[in-house]
Amino acid sequence: MRSGVAIFPGSNCDRDIVVAIKKITPKAPLKLWHKDTEFPNLDLIVIPGGFSFGDYLRCGALAARSPIIRNIKNHVSRGGSLLGICNGFQILIETGILPGSLIRNKNLLFTCKETILEIQNTIKSPFTEGFQIGEQIKIPVAHNEGNYFAPKPLLDELNNEGRIAFKYVKGSDFDNKVAYNPNGSSNDIAGILSPNGKVLGMMPHPERAINSLHGGTDGLRFLTKCIEHIVG
Amino acid sequence: MRAIVNISLKQGVLDPQGQAIQNSLSNLGFNNCNNVRTGKQIILDFQDNDEEQVFKETEKMCETLLVNTVIENYDIEIIKEI
Repeated sequence: MRSGVAIFPGSNCDRDIVVAIKKITPKAPLKLWHKDTEFPNLDLIVIPGGFSFGDYLRCGALAARSPIIRNIKNHVSRGGSLLGICNGFQILIETGILPGSLIRNKNLLFTCKETILEIQNTIKSPFTEGFQIGEQIKIPVAHNEGNYFAPKPLLDELNNEGRIAFKYVKGSDFDNKVAYNPNGSSNDIAGILSPNGKVLGMMPHPERAINSLHGGTDGLRFLTKCIEHIVG
Repeated sequence: MRAIVNISLKQGVLDPQGQAIQNSLSNLGFNNCNNVRTGKQIILDFQDNDEEQVFKETEKMCETLLVNTVIENYDIEIIKEI
């Protein structure tokens, strides 16, 4: 699988996702700088977490107008897979590739906790195909603006079209280290898909749960299944 | 010529910052105020002195970058003499 990680000034989870992908597939991802406008066709591009451009103006707003975005949009129209994690999700929203908005956490706190995600009944997508509906994975979040907000008609549309990838749930594994809907997002949404299922934006960080020393390996399991299904 | 863009959250969009400010105001004894909404202001200076042109350009800037029109409203004020 050929993959790439888009890096902006202020991205800080780029190395983590590179390490995670290298654990799964022998071919190391290309590191793509935000000014890069020429790179080979890829199967997967990841926009990692962090604080691109210092979160100035709005989270992800300036990154979403970087030169690389045009190529990322071309990648999407070619049918390539695209994963935005945390700030990467905020960037995808700002580009308009995914709809809605990510606003300030309801409790005004930067929340860094484990969450339990429940896989939803979605359209065909490499990001959910490897899972049973209702299956739960434990993945940490770390953000200040992760409260997914959308007008009711859009929420209904996402729901009816099977474009809600996962929701925060209390789950069987719930304890005081786990946060349920840590940001107050509408309908407990933790991640959404594009109409073709090839683009996923998610607030939780799978690359931070790839080693038992992290406290869990569900992130590795999740990314492994995604990559298996992207390769086909 | 100067353009001032005032950006506010649309009605119905949660403004936790505004709520927190209101709580603090009420703790200080300001009980008359029952709702606080926050926003931001962006000030742009132009060489150009054509009011219509500056307004149009600012509007385009708002739509392409400055404002998230999903959750925010904006208005533009033009000041001829800075």
